[in-house]
This record gives sequence, structure tokens and C-alpha cells, in this order.
Amino acid sequence: MRQQPFEAIVARHGPTVLRVCRAILGPTGADDAWSETFLSAMQAYPNLRPDSNVEAWLVTIAHRKAIDQLRAESRRAVPTDDLPEKPSKDGMPGSWEPDLWAALNALPLKQRETVAYHYLAGLPYADVAEILGGSPDAARRAAADGIAALRKTYLEGEARR
Amino acid sequence: MIARKTQANDGDLFAALPEADEAAQRRLHARLVAAATEAGILDVAYRTIDTPVGTLLLAATEKGLVRVAYAREDYAMVLDQLANSVSPRVLRAPARLDMAAMEMEEYFAGRRSLFDLQLDFQLSHGFRRTVLSHLTEIGYGKTASYAAVAAAVGNPKAVRAVGTACATNPLPVVVPCHRVVRSDGTVGQYVGGTDAKKALLTLEAAA
Repeated sequence: MRQQPFEAIVARHGPTVLRVCRAILGPTGADDAWSETFLSAMQAYPNLRPDSNVEAWLVTIAHRKAIDQLRAESRRAVPTDDLPEKPSKDGMPGSWEPDLWAALNALPLKQRETVAYHYLAGLPYADVAEILGGSPDAARRAAADGIAALRKTYLEGEARR
Repeated sequence: MIARKTQANDGDLFAALPEADEAAQRRLHARLVAAATEAGILDVAYRTIDTPVGTLLLAATEKGLVRVAYAREDYAMVLDQLANSVSPRVLRAPARLDMAAMEMEEYFAGRRSLFDLQLDFQLSHGFRRTVLSHLTEIGYGKTASYAAVAAAVGNPKAVRAVGTACATNPLPVVVPCHRVVRSDGTVGQYVGGTDAKKALLTLEAAA
């Protein structure tokens, strides 16, 4: 098996990895996580077995970068009495924030991750479980709970407007 | 496949999250190129340029220009070859090729008779490499026959091998295999096609 130029990997998988990063980290953190993911991936790429599932490999790296970022954020977080402003309702037309991100961000991290890796990256639950630890069934349940919660908060919430 | 089915059912949930955000991809690609360059892992950078003989692909390692390719060679195949014989860490990254692109532009405008670029000959080996290193001695606007080149590299019988060396030149235009012509005066074969060879010889004769 021959290895593709890394440019082709970026072109083919870059958009999906960005969707995954956005779903896990929101609009501001996603760029950093994507960049670190692809830099790490490019570093390791010559040693990747040519028959590997590239998308699962990239999502695994993105998962670790997202976790690093969430940990760094929680270390930086300072307790405050001021509640954050409510997400604005007049975002750009066709933009995914604030509504979808607000709904995703309200999910427990595990649900957000399973939803992103299964529904956005298209990974089977066996692969999702491999990335997150735990069983495929647990991943399936977390994703189902996440989707149910999103339907409630995002879709129905949107219908009310 | 289960994933795809459920994905379709719940696709409406994520419709707002763009599947392809081209502005973001461009921004992130540029950032990746910068970070990879800084980390020293951009093993092969490439870009394309428009010239009177068609679009050319230029590729460079950290050592220098490693490949010039005509469109008829099929860029996907050329990049695939670079990935597998040099390094798979290949990105479209024009900055490393700014100098090469500028010198090409000057050459095609008739304002440059000699390329002053670092060259990486790693795609060429043995006798072929010996032939290529000799080709730079054929001056701008001059030609030499395949037989004369064979004689010059000390192997007068290797006329056919000289032809092969020219046909597989990884750095056409810059390493002037177009200046090697047949003894009967016709231009002979060329990696960029006979028309491109004639165009280069005409350009050099006019300047």
C-alpha cells in the first residue's frame, strides 16, 4: 500500500475534524484543537500503517487535543459571581452558533463526545468506545441520551422562536 | 453502515454546523503550513505556476527544488510519487517556492538565462544523475546532441541512456534537458511534449 500525500489527508478529513472540534469545544477553541491535531498527525504520519482507518486515527488525536484544551480551560477558570450573558439570538443567518453550540455545550462531555464521534465523524460505536474507554453499548446509550437532549433543547427550543 | 443510517435521520440536528467551511479550511491550512515549517516537518512543499508552456508544478524539500512537473505528467501521480519516494509529509505551501517561481517567471519573460536555485537531486540516481549534472553546462540558447552528451559524460555508446536520463529528468526547464536534441537537427522527445520543447528553444534563441 502506498501512502497519500498529507495534503490529500487534510483536504479529505479536515472539514470533518473541524466539525468534531467545533461540536466538542465551540467556535473559539475549535481552531486551536484542529491545528494541534493536524500538526501532531503530520508529525506521526510517516509511521502510520498504510491500512489504518485515517478518520478514526485523526478523531482519536482530536479527542486528546480537545481533552487537553478543556483541562487547560478549567485550570484557568476563575470563580465569579457574574453569570455569563445569555447567548444572543441574533447570530449570523445560517450560522451554527449560538443556538446549536449552546445546546451542545449544555450536554455532559461524554454525550457531546459520543454524539460528535458517531454522528459527525461517522465512527461506529466500537471505535467510539475505543477512543473514550468503556463499552460500545455505553457509547451507544450516551449518544442516544445526547441526541434526545439535543432534540429537546435545540430543535424544540428553535421551533418556539 | 448503521452510523450512516442514523446520521441521515438525525442530520437535521447538525445542519447548522457547516460540513465544509472553506474560509475556515483556508485559514487552518495556512496555519498548519506555518506550524509544520516551524517544527521542521514540512518535508515537501509544492505549488503550481502558470507559464507559456502550461501550468507547472514546483516542489521543494528543505534542501532545494526537487521536482518540476508538466501538467501532462498528472499532478496527482507526481505528488503520489513524491509522497512515496521523498516523504509523505507533503503540503501545498507556496512560500518555499517563491524564489523558484520568480526565476521561472523571469526565464519565461526572456529576462533570465541562468537559474540560481538550490537543487535537490535525490529523485535521480547513478548514470542519469551524472547526465543531468552535465546538462547545466549546455549554455542558454545552445543545444547539444544526445550523442555529444553521451561522449561528454565519458560513455559515447550510451546515447539511448542519455535519452532516458532526459526523459526522466525530475527538474525540467531548470536542468535544461530541452537543450539536448537529435543529431539530425530535429528536436526529439521531451517530458513536457515536443511543442513545449520547441517553445523553450524558440524562447532561448530569441533572447
